[in-house]
Amino acid sequence: MAQRTKVIELYKTLLHLGKDYPKGYTYFRTNLKKIFTKNKDENDPQKIEKMLEHGQYVIKELEALYMLRKYRTLKKRYYS
Amino acid sequence: MARVLVGVKRVIDYAVKIRVKPDKSGVVTDGVKHAMNPFDEIAIEEAVRMKEKKLASEIIAVSCGPPQAQETIRTALAMGADRGIHVEVAGAEYDTLQPIHVSKILAKLAQDEKADIVIVGKQAIDDDANQTAQMTAAVLDWPAGTFCSKVEHGSGELTITREVDGGLEVIKVKTPAVLSADLRLNEPRYATLPNIMKAKKKPIKKVSPKDLGVDTAPRIDIISVEDPPVRQAGSILPDVDALVAKLKEGGHI
Repeated sequence: MAQRTKVIELYKTLLHLGKDYPKGYTYFRTNLKKIFTKNKDENDPQKIEKMLEHGQYVIKELEALYMLRKYRTLKKRYYS
Repeated sequence: MARVLVGVKRVIDYAVKIRVKPDKSGVVTDGVKHAMNPFDEIAIEEAVRMKEKKLASEIIAVSCGPPQAQETIRTALAMGADRGIHVEVAGAEYDTLQPIHVSKILAKLAQDEKADIVIVGKQAIDDDANQTAQMTAAVLDWPAGTFCSKVEHGSGELTITREVDGGLEVIKVKTPAVLSADLRLNEPRYATLPNIMKAKKKPIKKVSPKDLGVDTAPRIDIISVEDPPVRQAGSILPDVDALVAKLKEGGHI
């Protein structure tokens, strides 16, 4: 897959994940856009690859955040 | 290999602050974010893991509810279910739909679809009834494994670790069986964007309770729905004497 497609896909995935962000979708989207625009002139494929990897890491972190948040809420509601 | 039927319910999202309608007839659901019941997510996840371990051949997600319940079925499909069945119950009929009706529907579908295992969440976070799994098992006359925190597969039987008060109980049940998922059974996966897209192509069959021969006549009347009492504010006292005086005043000592 071309690197450009990968970047777009990452952006879309992150946008999708941002819908559940505790601070709100607008907050998430503005910041996400800011970060992507900041690096838009990056041309070094290796550096882009690194950033993509970081993106995957952020995805995992977000998923973990949501899961933990849900688990903790349920635990508090039903098990204490 | 087993065919797994999973019941999923569309409920108000766990993170939403619930508001009661002023006329005490129920809670506000219009314009409120809905999601799949978290315990049902755990149930779906368990079924998907069975399929990944080649223990299950097909996963069927069932939801009873208004047309929007299809979104919940789609989420289940995105998580890995193969096909969905939407039992359409809308409007006033849905307001008085009780676990007894749902369990009859699930039991009928389990027989029609020749399911070997039925998994549901232990309870929904909206009505907190915690009855569907038990009643489904009763209607089908199948063994029930409720509050599962671990499920192990044997040949024609399941070893289930159940969460009971103050500990764990291990039981063995023969399949076919009905299971209900507890919070610690697994960690449900997040439906990824590509999987959500793929889920749009998976089939959802629409049926009505009448097609299944289930009578959904209300068995209860909702008399009133009220907010839980608000916790009263505490007070900070300057010294022990004041505390003792206050306790005496309240009749605690």
